[in-house]
This record gives sequence, C-alpha cells and structure tokens, in this order.
Amino acid sequence: MTTAISKRKPKDLTHVSLKTEALFHVILGGFCLACVIPFIFVIIISFTAEESIRTIGFSFTPTIWSLESYRYVFSWGDQLWRSYLNSFIITVGGTILSVLICVLYSYTLFRRDFKLRKFFIFFSFFTMMFGGGLAPTYMVSKNILGLNNNYWAMIVPMLVNPFLFIVMRTFFQTTIPDALIESASIDGAGEYRTLFQIIVPISKPGIATIALLTALAYWNEWFIPMLYVSNANLIPLQYLLMKMQNQIDFLAKNSAMIGADAVNILAQTPRENLRMALVVFIVLPIACAYPFFQRYIVSGLTIGSVKG
Amino acid sequence: MTLTAANKPPRKKNSYNPAKTKKLLALTSMAAPGAIWLIMLRYLPMAGIIIAFQDYKVYPKGPSLLNNIIHSKFVGLDNFKFLFSSTDSWIMIRNTVGYNLVFIALGLVISVAFAILLFELPRKRIAKTYQTVMFFPYFLSWVVVSYFLFAFLSPDKGLINMTQKAAWTGEGVFRGTQWYSTTGPWPYILTFANVWKNTGYTAILYLATITGIDFSQYEAARIDGANRWQQMKYVTLPNIKPMITILLIMNLGKIFNADFGLFYSLRMGSGALNSVTQVIDTYVYAALINTRGNLGMTTAAGLFQNVVGFIFLMSANAVVRKIDPDNALF
Repeated sequence: MTTAISKRKPKDLTHVSLKTEALFHVILGGFCLACVIPFIFVIIISFTAEESIRTIGFSFTPTIWSLESYRYVFSWGDQLWRSYLNSFIITVGGTILSVLICVLYSYTLFRRDFKLRKFFIFFSFFTMMFGGGLAPTYMVSKNILGLNNNYWAMIVPMLVNPFLFIVMRTFFQTTIPDALIESASIDGAGEYRTLFQIIVPISKPGIATIALLTALAYWNEWFIPMLYVSNANLIPLQYLLMKMQNQIDFLAKNSAMIGADAVNILAQTPRENLRMALVVFIVLPIACAYPFFQRYIVSGLTIGSVKG
Repeated sequence: MTLTAANKPPRKKNSYNPAKTKKLLALTSMAAPGAIWLIMLRYLPMAGIIIAFQDYKVYPKGPSLLNNIIHSKFVGLDNFKFLFSSTDSWIMIRNTVGYNLVFIALGLVISVAFAILLFELPRKRIAKTYQTVMFFPYFLSWVVVSYFLFAFLSPDKGLINMTQKAAWTGEGVFRGTQWYSTTGPWPYILTFANVWKNTGYTAILYLATITGIDFSQYEAARIDGANRWQQMKYVTLPNIKPMITILLIMNLGKIFNADFGLFYSLRMGSGALNSVTQVIDTYVYAALINTRGNLGMTTAAGLFQNVVGFIFLMSANAVVRKIDPDNALF
C-alpha cells in the first residue's frame, strides 16, 4: 500500500500519505472504541431502570433511565461498604509494606560494593523461573503461616514481586551516580540514612511507579481472597463481585425448581443493574486516576522489561 | 568507599574491618524482609513438591502439614501416571498449550503492528490518545471484564440476543444463542478477550523500543532512497527483534501456565463450558478447594507445569544464544 503511494511521490519519504493515515485511524480508532465501549455500556446499564431491562434487555438506549441501582447500593449498606473499606485497607496497607520491602531489597541489588549482591539477585530471580506451584504454596500459607481468614492472608501473598525488584534496581542504576553514595559514606552517613535521606527523595518517580503497579494489583485481586478468605466481613469488592457471578450460575442451574427456596434466593439476588453499578464502583477509581498515573506506569514497565 | 580506602594506609587482606562489616550487616538487614518472604512463600513451598510423589493422607493422630507429609506413603511417579491417563487431562493440556500458542502468535503480530502504526502516525497527540485508551483494559480485573462480556452475551438480557430478538421476524418464540452453554464460540471469545486486554500493554513495550531507535538510522535509510515500507522492514523490525525475542522466550517459559482469571471468571461459573475453558490452572484450583481432591495429583500437576516451563525457558534461551547471542535473555 505504502509502496504504491510512494512510487507516485518518490520524494516524500518521511510521511505516510493521507489515505494510509486514514486507514491507520480506522484500525487504531476502532480498537480503541472497542476498549472503552464495554465500560460505557456498563455505566449505561447501571443507570437503567429495572423495568427497561426486563422489557428490552441491556441497551445503549434504555427506555427508562433511573438511579434506583445506586439508591439500592447506598441503602444496601453493610456488605458493600465493608467490602469497599476492605479493598482500601488491603490496597493501602499492602502497597506501603510492599513498596518498603521492594525499595530496601532492590537498593541492595543496586549497590555494586555489596558482597552478597549476586546471591540476593539470584535468590529473587530464581523464583521467577521456578516455584513449588499453587498447591504447596497454598498448604504452606494456610497451615504453617496462618494465612487463613484474616487481612494478612490477602496482603502477605502479594508482598513481593521480583519483577518490581528489577524495575526498581534499574531505576536506581539509571538515576543514581555511584559518587553520591561514596560521598555520603565519606560524610559518615549510615546505610539506612543514606537510603532514606538521600536516595529515596531523588527516586520518587521510580517509587511512584512501583507503588502504582502494586496498588493496582491489590485493588484488582480476587483470586487470593477467594483462596484464603471465607469470612464475609473480610472480603474485598472484587471478590464480592466474583461471588455474585456464582449466584447467577446457581439460579441458572435451578431455574426449573420453583420452590420457596428459589423464590427466596431470587429476592435476595441483586438485580442486574445493581451488579453493573458495583462494577462501576470498582472501575471508577481506576478510570479517574488512570490518565494521571498512566505515564509513570509506562515508564516503569518499559524500564523493567527493556533493560531487565 | 574506594576513596576512603585510598586515604588510609594499606591493610592486610584478611584483617578485620569494622566499617566493612557494619556495611555488610546493614545492607543484609535491608534485604532481609524480602529474603524472609521469599523463603517462607517461595522456597518453603518448593519443599512441598515432595507431596507430588506421595499418596498424601491426613495423619489422624496429629494432623498438621508436616506430620501428614512424614506419614504419607511414597508412590513414586504414580500421581503423574494418573494425571496423564485420564481424558480430562488431555483436554486441559490441549487447552492450556493451544490457547497459549494462539495468544503468543496473535499477541505478537497485533501488538507489533499496532506499535508500528502508532509510531508512523504523523499526528503525535492523537497517537498518544490512542495509546492511553488502548492501555486501559490492562488495568481491569478479569472479574470486571466478565461483567463487560455478560452485558453482551447474557442469554435473556444481553445486547446480542436482544438485538437479534428485536429483528426477529420468524415464526414462534425467539430463542437466541445460549452463550453460556454453547461451547463453539468460546475459543474465539477467549482469544478476543485476551487480545483486547493485553494488546495495549505489549504494544507500548514495542513502541518504547521503536521510539528509542536512533533517528539517524532512518535518515540514512532515506538517503539511500528507502520508502516508508522499506524503512519499517530494514530499520524498525531489526531494531525491535531483541524485544520480540525476550517476550517470546518469557512466554514460552509460561506455555503450561494459563491466565487463571481469563478461564475461570469469563464463563460466569458455567460448568457447561468446561471442555473449552478447563486449563491446568483451573483444574489445580478446583482440586485444591475440593476437600476430597487429591493433593498429590494437584501438586504433581503444578510441578509438571513448573518443570516443563523451566525446560522451555532454558531451551528457548539456549537456542537463541546459539543463533544470536546478543538477544539471549541470560
């Protein structure tokens, strides 16, 4: 395509022709639309009246708009707010601890004068290539480490990510000159003081990157809670949404059974627009913060994978 | 450190140096929290691999993980034999490897293509917007995506069936596709979902590599009369080859590991889709939460994944190192 066009205008080697550009826009624009439309659709559904859903199903142009799902979410109270709070506790607590561990560990990987550096590099990276697998990890966590039905069970399993060690170490390597550490040590600063008073302040962009990646991982996690937590008071929002999925399955399987039980369950099961409202509740914090943090994450991920 | 050493009179090699010991201790203590975590949650479970070779039974007199392991009988490779003798395991291995191969191939082609398109777009601000929007699905969890999908596929309320129903002119009552119990379309749905969620991320990785290419290479190509297409073929592609190789090696190392969320949550808990959604990871999970599940077999399945993945990673890397040492991962 481009070949044909450039034959006509052999001198313009720096730009794509308008026709080609239009085609690029169709492809990329089309894909981008596909990326956002489902979310917009879910937002629309969450503002759709139950009655409209019953008659014409999910639609981009509902017959009746309504705030009922949100009113219901707010009156539904306990479980939702508790799960929201749990998500926040897990995300904030997990991110702080995780970033602290990551900065400390990757700083030692960055220090070329650290005798055990090679050992610690291997010690963390080996776990990226080989592991015990899910079953032994689960058994050890639950039976030996006591990660069972508590907040720690949702925080500890995700505390360390060797990939982020690479990202952070590479960040240190590209921003911190060796002379800085030498001069700090000549001035008599201890290792911890050097790290927290000199290195950390100038590494804020890198720390922001790993903090964001970690926070997102915690916010989006539902598998770990599903594995280790059954107490409804502790479950985070993502797992709550996951559990609601299974309720549909239950209803589908038992649709033939029209007993008092089924009616009871039907009455308790949140309606479609309510579930979509919950999805909006989960995605909204990400969608709002996304344009701002996106830049950091791009830089972090590219550093980690290109140079790691 | 070298400066301080130079200022002091030379010491004997093995003499005790308090400053050095202090530094070593301080730095080691910094690595300690991470190292302890790795020991407890990564290395200790590796010892649990032993269960893969056992007929794991709960020890009635003092049921604890250690006691159970000590008192369970060793059965050699029996767990693996059982694992590979059932037809179910053939299906899950076929699904895991098959989907992964398709995901790797499609993911590579589409994200490299998108990265090049983004790079070639003359209007950089629009390109930036595309890039931002495309990256968005990467930050959503599979549970959220499953509800996105449900909005389209729900048998009685979904957009697809309702649109068909509205246009229905045939006789009788309209019965749309029962998406959550029809296996046929799911390989395509799962592949689409995977591309939808991950392309933005990999495209950005490639784009970062492309924008890092020294611009004089393009200028030199232009002086030689290369058109846009030839520039892409002879400058861009050779330059992103290392990145392609790295991602390919890492993906091959994970060829027996499936993206659990994709296969577990998108089907909305429907058991009817098992034949197209069962992968090793979902099998392991199901066996694990089932109290009557066979822990030995579950561990064996996980061990199989890890060992084969490790071998794939090493051999892919060895092959690359032989052909083109610069592109090898390690």
